[in-house]
Amino acid sequence: MKHTIKDLEDIASQIRRDIVRMVHGCQSGHPGASLGCTDFFTALYFEVLNHKTDFTMEGAGEDLFFLSNGHISPVWYSTLAHAGYFDKSELATFRKLDSRLQGHPTTHEHLPGIRIASGSLGQGLSVAIGAALAKRLNGDKSIIFALLGDGELQEGQNWEAAMFAPFNKVDHLIASVDYNGQQIDGPTNKVLALDDLQAKFEAFGWHVINTDGNDMQAIVEGLHYAKTLTGKGKPILNLMSTQMGAGVDYMMGTHKWHGTAPNDEQLAAALAQLPETLGDY
Amino acid sequence: MKKYTYTEKKDTRSGFGAGLHEAGKKNENVVALCADLVGSLKMDAFIKDFPERFTQVGIAEANMIGIAAGMTIGGKIPFTGTFANFSTGRVYDQIRQSVAYSNKNVKICASHAGLTLGEDGATHQILEDIGLMKMLPGMVVINPCDYNQTKAATMAIAEYEGPVYLRFGRPVIPVFTDPDQKFEIGKAWMVNEGTDVTIIATGHMVWKAIEAGEKLAELGIDAEIINIHTIKPLDDEAILKSVKKTGCVVTCEEHNKFGGLGESVARLLTTELPTPQEFVATNDTFGESGTPDQLMSKYGLDAVNIVEAVQKVIGRKK
Repeated sequence: MKHTIKDLEDIASQIRRDIVRMVHGCQSGHPGASLGCTDFFTALYFEVLNHKTDFTMEGAGEDLFFLSNGHISPVWYSTLAHAGYFDKSELATFRKLDSRLQGHPTTHEHLPGIRIASGSLGQGLSVAIGAALAKRLNGDKSIIFALLGDGELQEGQNWEAAMFAPFNKVDHLIASVDYNGQQIDGPTNKVLALDDLQAKFEAFGWHVINTDGNDMQAIVEGLHYAKTLTGKGKPILNLMSTQMGAGVDYMMGTHKWHGTAPNDEQLAAALAQLPETLGDY
Repeated sequence: MKKYTYTEKKDTRSGFGAGLHEAGKKNENVVALCADLVGSLKMDAFIKDFPERFTQVGIAEANMIGIAAGMTIGGKIPFTGTFANFSTGRVYDQIRQSVAYSNKNVKICASHAGLTLGEDGATHQILEDIGLMKMLPGMVVINPCDYNQTKAATMAIAEYEGPVYLRFGRPVIPVFTDPDQKFEIGKAWMVNEGTDVTIIATGHMVWKAIEAGEKLAELGIDAEIINIHTIKPLDDEAILKSVKKTGCVVTCEEHNKFGGLGESVARLLTTELPTPQEFVATNDTFGESGTPDQLMSKYGLDAVNIVEAVQKVIGRKK
């Protein structure tokens, strides 16, 4: 371990503070799933990913990460800043004019750490597979990580990609699903039920593991375990249960904070629950 | 009228296949992807020589575009192949976000464009693809006119950094351009110098423009014929230079007149040099089943239609 679990939890607390402040600062954005995935991002970037903050598009010899559900950009931006890709002061520009921190992540403004635009849902898994195929052709054994939303799996392109990866033995790929059971119009079970995602992906030929995405110890161990499964002929799917809004009590357990910004009072209530550990931007 | 002859007829898609094979020999980063149409796209030679650099995606075009975008991140130069309809309309959002907006070095190679796909009918005959693709910021749009030009264009786009849409077709047509030509993206080709009218043609319509030029010469009309193979970026300079001389223009394309080459030319001329223009193109319609020749005739895309448009536009000159 590069960090103790307590260190990682402290980093996550700061990232959560950043998320609610960023979304409050522009009165738009998506706090719910950003908070839900904060422990995953912290574990990935500070413990699991073999990466350099001196960013190159190709990332030769590095593990690469692709975010398919681009609307949770606040958690990614804060993570990248604290990992050292750019100065955390830039987080204040989120969603504002002339910012590199666009509402949804993009390469267009050349923000270090971003390799593809995402936001229109369902495209990230295909891109991750392409990056994995290129690494294979280049003889680079690094791992490709991807994160997908659960509601996003209603997009058909995911299933084209899900069929492709096992057939083509894309086995240096670890895709995680943010399984929070919520989407804009309500619980996924009411909108369009995902049902047994484990059985579905296993039927497609994936090696599926389950993790608790809001338990730092569990997610670190889960991702390390997933890495041991790479190179064995199957892509790996990490079915990661999370709570939308995790860390801010009034945002948890509901889809209502999917894409809503807190007001001043709500911001204060959120920050009171999230200790400042690394210094606010 | 300069005399153009040909000794053989070939399909432009075979020019693509030959160009892809050559590009693959020259650059090991060139990779190809196909959505279950390897034979139609003439990819066999590339696949035979570079099997590890070919990806069969199956009937999953959206996934193909995404995979291609991802492969560029590892320094690859992906050429995706399927019919023009499935290369554009079907995957427009994937191209828009993962390729164009992300500025990925993907070459979207589209066969069976237009009416000349023939008997399969309107579900497969896209006449809107040039418009769809030219509207994407940063997208280069190329529609070559014969086997040799398509081969040269395919090799040229491998050396260009950025997203490209390459449109070609199914029917065998005269091979009349130089087999050793150097293809320059965005640079018009002067097919015939003339003084009375500028005929601007792209794709399969270039040979028909030559046939029309010969008929016009018999009628005493001296037509300048320009081949615009690159619809975007448009060679503004070549068009303006010609139109200044002739004072009227006819654009010819196997595409809907809404959104095609003709509209690009009209946009240029309206702002720089307002000029009478006629459009030889399909008119806000879908195609139908039939032989390529029957369809080109029924939908007004023959040499005779170009001759009529020229006579009309010359009458509109002040």
